[in-house]
Amino acid sequence: MRPLITAVGLLLAWEILVRSTGAPSYILPAPSLVLVVLIERLDLLAGEAAWTAAEMAIGLLLGLALGGALAIIFAASAGWRRWALPLVIVSQAIPVIALAPLLVLWLGYGLASKVAMAALIIFFPVVSTLYDGLRRTEPGWLDLARTMDASPLAILLQVRLPAALPAFASGARIAAAIAPIGAVIGEWVGASAGLGYLMTLSLARGQTPLAFAALVLLCLLGLALYYATDWLGRTLIPWQPQGD
Amino acid sequence: MTYLSAAPPLIVRDARIAYGERLVAEGLSLEFPAGRTTCLLGRSGVGKTSLLRWLAGLQAGSVRSQPIAYMAQADLLLPWLSVLDNVLLGYRLRGDRSALLAAEGRARALLGDVGLGDRAGESPARLSGGMRQRAALARTLCEDRPVVLMDEPFAHLDAVTRLELQELSARLLAGRTAVLVTHDPLEALRMGHQVRVLAGLPFVIGPPLEPPGDVPRGLADPAVLELHQHLVRQLRDPPPP
Repeated sequence: MRPLITAVGLLLAWEILVRSTGAPSYILPAPSLVLVVLIERLDLLAGEAAWTAAEMAIGLLLGLALGGALAIIFAASAGWRRWALPLVIVSQAIPVIALAPLLVLWLGYGLASKVAMAALIIFFPVVSTLYDGLRRTEPGWLDLARTMDASPLAILLQVRLPAALPAFASGARIAAAIAPIGAVIGEWVGASAGLGYLMTLSLARGQTPLAFAALVLLCLLGLALYYATDWLGRTLIPWQPQGD
Repeated sequence: MTYLSAAPPLIVRDARIAYGERLVAEGLSLEFPAGRTTCLLGRSGVGKTSLLRWLAGLQAGSVRSQPIAYMAQADLLLPWLSVLDNVLLGYRLRGDRSALLAAEGRARALLGDVGLGDRAGESPARLSGGMRQRAALARTLCEDRPVVLMDEPFAHLDAVTRLELQELSARLLAGRTAVLVTHDPLEALRMGHQVRVLAGLPFVIGPPLEPPGDVPRGLADPAVLELHQHLVRQLRDPPPP
């Protein structure tokens, strides 16, 4: 309830600021105007939002799958880890955002470049959280499994992996929060559809209220993605410590 | 449910056991008699757990000579498996489907023995500490190994639950070669056919003490109480090697 009151208060302050200073709507539109545009242009906005939502969701799934697989490979094989882990860490020094134009160049203006961008931006947090989780298995469980003559593969898949899933879930939550950034940056750099594309287009034409409406929807999409991931994590992994 | 085939003795010859950098035993030779429960008694930090882990093949440099079942102080139940699947963990990990199917009946029977027959499908998170340790006992026995190693399995339980579990374990361990590590002289006297005191650094193992009567022994027995005094004295001032 309290965050809602804070939000409404901030919106009110914004509305009063715009009305009292008479700022033109192409510089700073009032929240009421943004709402009106949001409702009037909902057809257009919903179409673009669906496109962006698809980019985010597919990028998230792809990044989770690839990051998860790599973390498991690192945990399973010291050889792979020694060859590839430093590379993964160094790759984080490349600003992923700087890769966006290249991805658009290689993969085109369509869905693929945005999915790749979102997957790329979440890749590292996913690999590092799951790999950390796989390394921090309760030592007693590992001892027990060894006395039961379990193979290293059985220990990895039946003990270490399930034990690391809560860590993976927190990686997935981080990923869900930042995947939208990847998708939108991809759209800014070069796209033919999506909310980010609509924002750049409407800002260039002085239709700032429409850009704001797109921003509101982006925000809602990001929240929906985050809470859906959070809910899925808690439903599918009920043994993780339940926080607030 | 008892183990029917003959359990072998457990023999240690000239072992060197270290805990990290610290040497806890050198030139250690001893034998745990077949089909009996031996309690290793010693104060905290003497190296009891290191010896048990050495027997289990979990210490660096130790090689386990035969299949064993291992029970630790913590119940080590996996929170994502049901109680029944936890009891069957060994079979699941070894990946032998037919053995897993064949063992399910035994697992259910053992859960019944430890009083958890109606909790088989539940998550371990829904069990109390005593119930969890009973499930761990069922898991240990479900392995059906002739040698069972237990590391202070009842240390975290309240007094009444502990007494109940000692009785249950003594009954279910009958016929197996069991080694139970404890710092509690009364527990050793209650559970062990044979009690051996560990003292010193590196530790030396005292001569086998065989209290009269069958296990689990009653605590009101005057002979047991007298031996208790004796063991406490030994733990306090170990005889020179």
